[in-house]
Parts: sequence; C-alpha cells; structure tokens
Amino acid sequence: MKKTLTTPIQDKDLESLNVGDIVFLDGILVTCRDVPHRRLIELGIKLPVDLKGLAIFHAGPIVAKDGKGWKMVSIGPTTSMRMEKFEKEFIRQTGVKLVVGKGGMGPETVEGCKQYKAVHAVFPGGCAVLAATEVEEIEKVEWQELGMPEALWVSRVKQFGPLIISIDTKGNNLFETNKAAYNAKKKSIVEDISSKVRFIK
Amino acid sequence: MDKKQKIETMTDVMKKFTSYVGKHLPDDVTKKLIELREKETVPIAKTIYEAMFENQELANKLNVPCCQDTGVIQFFVEAGADFPVLGELRQIFTDAVKAATIESPLRHNAVETFIEKNTGNNVGTRVPWIDWEIVPNSSSATIHVYMAGGGCTLPGAAKVLMPGEGYEGVVKFVFDVMTSYGVNACPPLLIGVGISTAVETAALLSKKALMRPIGSRHANPQAAEMELLLEKGLNELGVGPQGLTGSSSVMGVHIESSARHPSTIGVGMSTGCWAHRRGTIRINEDMTYEILTHKGAKI
Repeated sequence: MKKTLTTPIQDKDLESLNVGDIVFLDGILVTCRDVPHRRLIELGIKLPVDLKGLAIFHAGPIVAKDGKGWKMVSIGPTTSMRMEKFEKEFIRQTGVKLVVGKGGMGPETVEGCKQYKAVHAVFPGGCAVLAATEVEEIEKVEWQELGMPEALWVSRVKQFGPLIISIDTKGNNLFETNKAAYNAKKKSIVEDISSKVRFIK
Repeated sequence: MDKKQKIETMTDVMKKFTSYVGKHLPDDVTKKLIELREKETVPIAKTIYEAMFENQELANKLNVPCCQDTGVIQFFVEAGADFPVLGELRQIFTDAVKAATIESPLRHNAVETFIEKNTGNNVGTRVPWIDWEIVPNSSSATIHVYMAGGGCTLPGAAKVLMPGEGYEGVVKFVFDVMTSYGVNACPPLLIGVGISTAVETAALLSKKALMRPIGSRHANPQAAEMELLLEKGLNELGVGPQGLTGSSSVMGVHIESSARHPSTIGVGMSTGCWAHRRGTIRINEDMTYEILTHKGAKI
C-alpha cells in the first residue's frame, strides 16, 4: 500500500515509520540548504517561512519565469550531510517534520529526529525531472537574493516521491547501518587487491 | 568563412552542445546503467533504477536538464596548435556558457569567492574552467564538456603517499573515499584515480580519467589490471544506487598516471555520479564538427 504524508504532518503520522519504508508527500515542500541553515542557526536570522509541520528539501532547483510566477524545471536533492552540523537545532527551532535530501545524515540529526519527532528521507539523487513533475505549483520564493540554488522555494507537491526513510523517530539510521556493512567488507577486499599490486619491488 | 564567422559559429555550436550534454547522458553511461540495472537483485536498488530511467525519459521528452545541478561548467580541451580560433577559445566558451544558461536553462552555479555572490550567469573568475592540452601538427580541437554537480565533487581528494605505502596505499585511499563520502555522491559512480607525484598533478589526472569512455583501459597492462581489480573490489562492497545497497557500486574505474618523483606517490581521486554528463565534440578547422559521445545527437 502506498503511504502518503500530508502537511501539516503530525507526530503520530511519523511514529509508525521505519527506516527503509517508502512514502510520498502531499502538501508544502520548501527548499532549504546550506545558507538558510547557517542564517538561522549561526546568525540567528529568522526564516521568512513558518516550517512548523512542513517538509524541507535539501535542494537547489532550476526554475524558469512563467508569466508573473515561476515554473519548476528540474529539482533533485543535494547532499544532506552538509546540513548535519545545523539540523538538530534546525528541527527544534522550526518544528519541521520531514527533511528530504540525498545520502545519509549523522548522529546529531538522528538525535534531533528522535527528540523532536521528525524523519529524514532520501529522494533518489539525479532524478530531478521526475521530482519537478511532482511539483504542482511554486507558491512563492523568499530570500531570492541568495541566488537560484539557495533561495527558499515554497512549492505545493502531489505524490512527491519515492521518499525512502533513512532516519526514523526511533533513533535508527539506515546509512550508518549500511556504512558499517560496507566497512566490514572493506578490509579483506583491500588486503586481497593490495597483494596483487606490489609493483614496487 | 572569415575568423569572425568562425568565432560565431563555434560559439553557437558550443552553446547548443553544452545545453545538450545537460539533458542527455552519453551512450557509454547509458549502456553501463542498463547493464547494471539488469544485473540488480536488491529490491530497493531496483526501485531506484526505475526512477533513474523514468527521469532520463522525462528529461528527453520535456527537453530539460536531467539533473538540477548542472555544475560549474568545465572544458577539457585538446587543441591543435594550428586550430584557427585557439586564442579566442576562452571568449567562445564564456559566451557559449552564458547563452546556454538562459536557453537550456542551466542552474546558476558560479558564486564569486569572498564577495560570496552568485553571478547568475555561470560565468565568474576563471569560470568556466578550462584545461588545456596543445596537440602539435593538428588544426582541429577535441573538447570534453563536463558538468559535475556538487554531490559528486564533494568526495574529491588527493594526498601524497610515501613510497613505502606503495600502490597498496592507493588501494586503501580509494576504498576509504568510497565508503565515506562516495556513498552520498549518487552511486553507481565512475571512479577516476590519478597516480603521479604531487597533489595537483594527481588530482588533475584523476579528473581527466573521468573523460575516458567507460571501460576503456590504461595502456600499461599492470595499470589496466589494477583498474579491473579496483572495479571488482568496489562492486563487492555492494553500495548500490544512492548508497542504499545493491549488486554494484561503480560504473567503472579509470586510472591516469604520469612518471613520479622517486620519493613520493601522489594519489588523487575524483568521482562522477551516475548522471555523468560528459560530452565530447571534435571541431575541425572549417568549424564542421563530430559529436563523439552521443551517437545520432541533433544539436
């Protein structure tokens, strides 16, 4: 069964989710990446969008002017790990419930998701046109002076996904589990290859 | 055709080609992705491959960039010493990028350092980035256009090893980058490894390795063997598309090398994401051209 989260997202909507689950989003999704995170957390500048119960997308889109408004051309996720140093505090201050990006995030975000009830999910990286077709409308843009990638693009989305839950509200982190498995395999593979490349004799 | 016309013609060709490269993957990448998708057995990886192929179809149908991150545009030029507009190439590339930014459209990806302002047209100090090789006794130019997003640029690393660490140290370096930053860089990745003397020479070679067609091999048999060993080993990690596990991790491993100082082994690593937007075009003296990476492309 296709699971859909709808904004405003409630804590109870997230409690049953586990890492590896696939969900889709209906509602408001706001792009928010490096500079707005830094502005809020390090510089104490209030965000011009109230994110309570909403979803943010670690993404910097390509948009095009469309009459008086804007059209979403291409919008895929960016590397979430860049926001790791801000995200726990960001979740606490904003009340954001769903953080979408790509790749994993670290222990601080896991702690933030657990404490303040939020999840991190992966949208498949590079699938930016697929994502753009799931955006119904760009409702507004804030902080446009930051340039196209860093501005806050507030979009209404329909069945936005697939979103693969990578951090749930119970302290699980899918990428950390996966990375541990890759690292466990690594040693013997590296030793095997090393034995075959002793070219300096 | 006089010189002015040649400049105009080439600017137009480079604008259209740059725009095209952002929307269509080269043939070798598509072929490799099809092969990896067919071999895939892990359910979550299959779901992601499905999204990837659907995305490429949509990008083609809607004629828009397949990934939103169209990179800081890089040109790797192998220019004939007698190429007629050699001295005008920087201006040609700059104008082509500006025009492609509007026409494609490309994302605005040039942030002036220290001023910390996005220029809004993908042009800035030393950007687009150009790497030059001059080819003697030639009047044509072969140009690789490359769009690397931030995601697959982030894992880039280079260091200088002591000779005692040997090529074994290179293997460890490659695996360490792959299992840390590589996981988040939109795998399956194309891995470029540079083996040389210093950080800058190794790093540059590692990036040039990504310009080679997937599966092409280093001319030295030992280096070619090492490419295959690394490819097999990295695939055994099972990183999968998007780092969410799967039957493979990489599209390939390419090594480029130079002679080195006896006291050092410089090693560099660059990663190309699955959406490896690399296009190669050869432009002749009379400005006729041939696209080498995208068969049948109409620009």
